[in-house]
Amino acid sequence: MNNINFFDDIGVYSDNIAIITEDGEQISYRTLLNAADEIASFIPARKVVFLVCRNTFQSVAAYIGFLRKRVIPVLISPDINKSLLSDLLESYRPGYICCPDGWNEDGEQIYQKNGYVLIRTGYDVSVGPNPQLALLLTTSGSTGSPKLVRQSYVNIESNAASIVDYLKITADERPITTLPMHYTYGLSIINSHLLAGASIILTDATLLEKKFWQLLKSLNATSFGGVPYTYEMLRKLRFERMELPSLRYITQAGGKLPKEMCSFFASVCSEKNIKFIVMYGQTEATARMSYLPWEFAESKAGSIGIAIPGGKFSLIDENGKVIEESDTIGELVYQGKNVTLGYALNYQDLAKGDENNGVLYTGDIAQRDSDGFYYIVGRKKRFLKIFGNRVNLDEMESMLNKAGFTCVCAGSDDNMKIYVTGGQKADEVKAFVVDRTHLNPAGFTVKQIGEIPRNEAGKVLYSKLEGLYG
Amino acid sequence: MTNLEKYVKAFTDSFEISEDQVSALEYQSIVQWDSVGHMSLIAAIEDAFGIMMDTDDIIDFSSFEKGKEILKKYNVVIE
Repeated sequence: MNNINFFDDIGVYSDNIAIITEDGEQISYRTLLNAADEIASFIPARKVVFLVCRNTFQSVAAYIGFLRKRVIPVLISPDINKSLLSDLLESYRPGYICCPDGWNEDGEQIYQKNGYVLIRTGYDVSVGPNPQLALLLTTSGSTGSPKLVRQSYVNIESNAASIVDYLKITADERPITTLPMHYTYGLSIINSHLLAGASIILTDATLLEKKFWQLLKSLNATSFGGVPYTYEMLRKLRFERMELPSLRYITQAGGKLPKEMCSFFASVCSEKNIKFIVMYGQTEATARMSYLPWEFAESKAGSIGIAIPGGKFSLIDENGKVIEESDTIGELVYQGKNVTLGYALNYQDLAKGDENNGVLYTGDIAQRDSDGFYYIVGRKKRFLKIFGNRVNLDEMESMLNKAGFTCVCAGSDDNMKIYVTGGQKADEVKAFVVDRTHLNPAGFTVKQIGEIPRNEAGKVLYSKLEGLYG
Repeated sequence: MTNLEKYVKAFTDSFEISEDQVSALEYQSIVQWDSVGHMSLIAAIEDAFGIMMDTDDIIDFSSFEKGKEILKKYNVVIE
């Protein structure tokens, strides 16, 4: 498995099972690659395609085919709001859309197989993308921001290899999907297991469906991943009482799990002989930057662990100076081959080169203990995680303002507060936000306020909002 | 409050909807009743009746009507 990548070279696993579908169908690497190359043959190299992802065989086949052909997929949520989709289409003008049957009615259908269609949009742009550019992921899919993260071939190859290394993934593993494929964490599970020649159980069923647990048990799944909200559900479902003998490890990322929850799962998993592995990452670092080795899940509960193989963490103070002492707070900086090329806002940006040069200022505030383990303590950037989805507060404000609502956004993870002034109806604001984001309304509270607190320069004083209006 | 009133209130509180909307509800029939909403609903029902549901019952709790049947197991009769 040395020096191979998870798209060009997985033909070496020819007869291994790559994919197990919801119906129990077992699909070999050879069949996967045939399907992958067939769909990709309809698109010239270096063209951009919107790939609407589901956890199904054809969705994975298309993704792998596009990477092999050097076609550039933009991974799109199947639940994206239609007006946000048209904004994205206008910004990137992809020549093709690859989506589930019936998902999109426009354009000329040029290929159809296994529940997916390939559509020619009629867009044709002449900007040549950077040759390093492999794929594009959304940062904050739910607000429909046109901002995409540019990931290179080196990024995705190196991150998948690191993950295989520290999770010790072998061809015997059988992860079951719990996360959407367009989401970097879900995608990283697919990438790393293909690299190892393992078998991925693909399903869109959620933890709250009987079907999910039936699949997990009958197909002997060995692992799954979860965001903090997944772990809240597992706890509510009394995970501690479940009999899941095939499960070898479970991972957690996509936001900070409270320390008490980390301890709870560390102890339950240790009794069940399941490894519990807390991890940390960002789309800007392809997927993963750190992991907490399972042996430390209990003793270092609340920590994001140590940098992944090939990566390096440091902390810097407000003046950009590296902090050497332990237990001192600073911005977390990551260096590694998986630091992505930068952002794009439109199709012209796809020609841009590497703007990060392997260094990512994460925007997360962290500290390191004397044993070298890192802990996230805060966040510099203005965004929240709502049930595992990153929502940028400034983008949310501008989306609401454009729709005619005067408001500002603040709050905490899983609880965004939208402060509105004047006689604006709280239920209308909430209905709008829910319609656009497709997130549960429980994640948003709309509050009426007298006026928006600002300083003399007109800048919103967010810190005052909570104090003034709770 | 009768058991029915408590039961209805768990739905209206968890999903922020009015009483006339509850009787036809099914899992994923409204945006509020997704996996996130399901957890709040189960918590509200467990609190209202002082019970702890089993995993299978939490997963099977797929509609307003189905919930009534499940609650019988916990000696909560909703009429």
